[in-house]
Amino acid sequence: MSYRILVVDDSKLARMAVAKLLNTVRPDWTRVEAGNADEALALTKSDAFDLAIIDYNMPGLDGLTLAGEMLALKPAIPLAVISANHQVEVVTRARDVGATFLQKPLTEKALGDFAADAAKRLAPGAS
Amino acid sequence: MTLLTDLQFDALTEMVNIGVNRAAASLREMVGEQVHLSVPKVTLVSRDNAIATLAATEASSLVGIHQVFEGDIIGRALLIFPDTKSLELVRAVAGGELSLEEIIELEHEALAEIGNIILNGCLATMANMLQRNLKMSLPEILRGKPEVFFNLEPPPEAGEIVMFLYINFAIRERDIRGYIAMLMDMPSIAALQVLLDEFIERAT
Repeated sequence: MSYRILVVDDSKLARMAVAKLLNTVRPDWTRVEAGNADEALALTKSDAFDLAIIDYNMPGLDGLTLAGEMLALKPAIPLAVISANHQVEVVTRARDVGATFLQKPLTEKALGDFAADAAKRLAPGAS
Repeated sequence: MTLLTDLQFDALTEMVNIGVNRAAASLREMVGEQVHLSVPKVTLVSRDNAIATLAATEASSLVGIHQVFEGDIIGRALLIFPDTKSLELVRAVAGGELSLEEIIELEHEALAEIGNIILNGCLATMANMLQRNLKMSLPEILRGKPEVFFNLEPPPEAGEIVMFLYINFAIRERDIRGYIAMLMDMPSIAALQVLLDEFIERAT
């Protein structure tokens, strides 16, 4: 099953890097991009994607706060927050918000695992 | 200064942020609670501009930790704070139970250690991501007005270009603002551009 994945990052390079990894792990998925939190929230309201990967470190809303707001709008969306800051407080906050924590630099394996898990949650009939 | 392209800036910002986050994780081990370090923006400015910016923003005298790096890129890395924040930073890292005398006694050593962790975090991460080796000197503490930090005697040749980063620190409910400056000469900036392009090529 092919899904639409939203990549939220203010850095164009970072979005390109995620795109490259996605082309390897899930070449059939459609990619949607947002450069800031407002765009991401607008896309959430318009049902423009099925799952999302969000950078933690962005100007304005940080990635975890954004993830919380997106989940308040659409609780069933699988979300991952990417951060180089893997201190236990940040990882715990991600879990509390209901997002998966992925460490930067992002690897094929970590992205692949998140994608597989998300696909399972999104599959028709999954609870 | 438009020496770098947007993508090259993105790559630099990304590396520096990964670097300071590594450093934050190391400091967290030392402190035992969350350390927040972030670098919102990377800029390239002339040396005079860097001095003017610091002089305009910081009224007090400054304290800096300085390390020389050498490899494909040669230059100096500095972590700079307002002098008034120095003891506060040491107290934040060393813990609240120490007396003022003990803090003062520890200041030099603690600053060298904190500077070393943060500067090495940045430089080592950049070196790894650029797939190059950088040799780093031992940390040295400097104090004074902004011009002191940007007119150090060679070797190496003092660079004209400064990669200037604001760094926000939050430890134990304290907010401490500082700067990271990397001074490089034109040949080093040119070498850095080549390395950044190679990195962008690999990542995309």
